[in-house]
Amino acid sequence: MAKAVTGAVVGIFDDPQTLLKAGKAARERGFKNLDAYMPYFVHGINEALGLKRSWVPWATLLAGVTGGSLGFLFQAWTSAVDWPLNVGGKPFVSWPAFIPITFETTVLFAGVTTLLALFAACRLPQRNPKILDSRVTDDHFALVVPITGTGAEEERFLKDAGALDVKKV
Amino acid sequence: MSVEADVLSNPPLIPPRITMADVTADVLRPIEKPGKLWYLGMSISLAALLFGVWAVAMQQIHGVGVWGLRNPVMWAFDITNFVFWIGIGHAGTLISAILFLLRQRWRTSINRSAEAMTIFAVMTAGLFPLIHLGRTWYAYWLIPYPNERLLWVNFRSPLLWDVFAVSTYLTISLCFWYQGLVPDLASVRDRTTSKLKKLIFGIFSLGWTGSARDWNHYEKAYLLLAALSTPLVLSVHSIVSFDFAVSLLPGWHTTIFPPYFVAGAIFSGFAMAMTLLVVLRRVFRLEEYIGIYHLEMMNKIILVTSWMVGYAYMTEAFTAWYSENPYERFTFWNRAFGPFAWAYWIMVTCNFFIPQLFWFQRARRHILTMFIVSIFVNIGMWFERFTIIVTSLHRDFLPASWDTYAPTIYEIGMTVGSFGFFMTFFFLFARFLPSLSLAEVKGVLVNPSGKKAHQPAEAVHG
Repeated sequence: MAKAVTGAVVGIFDDPQTLLKAGKAARERGFKNLDAYMPYFVHGINEALGLKRSWVPWATLLAGVTGGSLGFLFQAWTSAVDWPLNVGGKPFVSWPAFIPITFETTVLFAGVTTLLALFAACRLPQRNPKILDSRVTDDHFALVVPITGTGAEEERFLKDAGALDVKKV
Repeated sequence: MSVEADVLSNPPLIPPRITMADVTADVLRPIEKPGKLWYLGMSISLAALLFGVWAVAMQQIHGVGVWGLRNPVMWAFDITNFVFWIGIGHAGTLISAILFLLRQRWRTSINRSAEAMTIFAVMTAGLFPLIHLGRTWYAYWLIPYPNERLLWVNFRSPLLWDVFAVSTYLTISLCFWYQGLVPDLASVRDRTTSKLKKLIFGIFSLGWTGSARDWNHYEKAYLLLAALSTPLVLSVHSIVSFDFAVSLLPGWHTTIFPPYFVAGAIFSGFAMAMTLLVVLRRVFRLEEYIGIYHLEMMNKIILVTSWMVGYAYMTEAFTAWYSENPYERFTFWNRAFGPFAWAYWIMVTCNFFIPQLFWFQRARRHILTMFIVSIFVNIGMWFERFTIIVTSLHRDFLPASWDTYAPTIYEIGMTVGSFGFFMTFFFLFARFLPSLSLAEVKGVLVNPSGKKAHQPAEAVHG
């Protein structure tokens, strides 16, 4: 049984390489639910912290298929069912002429959904975001290690890993 | 190619002494304190915009007749401007999406301003079909909604495809741009000392914290939007070219139009991006971020696309001759040697002859040269659209229906105004938002913390 998380220790780093090494070491030590705060995406952080693949692409796929189908069906319905109108002797469902708009609705649905899915995944917008340290959007990095006991072990670990600053939150 | 090999073969994109803190400070400086040049540029843009507002107001009050359009030339400056501005937008998407997918890391310094250019150019372009309607207040008839007339729009018409293509393009470009802005807006929020700015940037950064979990989703979403924008941008100008190619008019009715228009769009957009960046880097002292290397890469793309456009001109001539179609042959001859020959030769000179300067490295790396060439390309590409539209229309099949065409002050005012509209938005953007992508530029720094002197570059963006 995992012990209840009572808080977290935050280590501030000023170099992405040190952050990656510390993240990897923390995971090897058996610390769970690690998180990091970074001013930009440091490649390798997913592997270092063991983050799962994002689910956002599934939302994009679903929305794209929906958008494309709806776009095509709507054009076919208006042209052949709701008000069949003979335009230049073409069939009512002259599907090649419907492709451009089908493509556009696919991209429109998929793109807008991607952004909304991103916000949902990151739980944005947040009214009062918990900003650990104002420097993590400038030039510093933070590694967050949740603690289950006193946190002394985690603090020592972060200091050894090269953190400039260690604090409990 | 591994990142190390890439770093070894190319000079660093940003001077190695620049650290993450420098990036934040340098890029956000204009937001915190604009210079005098900004006020000057903004005033000129607003004056141009005012001229345009007057011209469009007169047209709305008195009708499209004030433009002097009459049969057979019913399209002129308005549609020229529409195609021109849509084209400008394409380079922004090319830089932000296609170069991202191709892992071209030099895009990081220029993608934010190029995307902003896309959005403002598409906004500008979108005005013209609306103005062109004459009764602009009926613009909502373009939207398929259940109405009292019980009719639907004609989904087989390229003009309606345009409505969908352009509005989708604007929406997706905005999504892509905004996503890139969120982490940077959070940087401003955490840095500013002004309460009002903290509130405004706090709202628009949506509470971004920079957590690795969020970045994980962010990177995936960014990749997806880039992948969606890439075919989208190709579709938009192809559809714009269908406005012409699907008709039966000689000079318009050709299969070469979609690729020809897309290549021209990228060409003109890169030229406009060059014009803007040369000014931006100077006014906001960003020379170290938008370096000669970045500009040289852009000049190479201008040279390549200049050849694509030049090749299209030659193909048009060849096809006209080889088709043995008298109308097609006449239209081409009339373009090159008829009453509008001056416009045709401005187009060929500006778009094909002048950019050949970029074969020389000295020209590619010389700021004033590239600025002047980019201005010529802007002019040339405007005249390309003018030539395509007016020369095909003014002399079609029957000599009895031929006529000539001359612009009026209202059309010129509208055109000048469109530049004012575009530049006003661009100046506002450069003043109030980070004009470089902070998060992406930090990702390509050689020495982000500024501590290690001989550290090989880390694994970075792209």
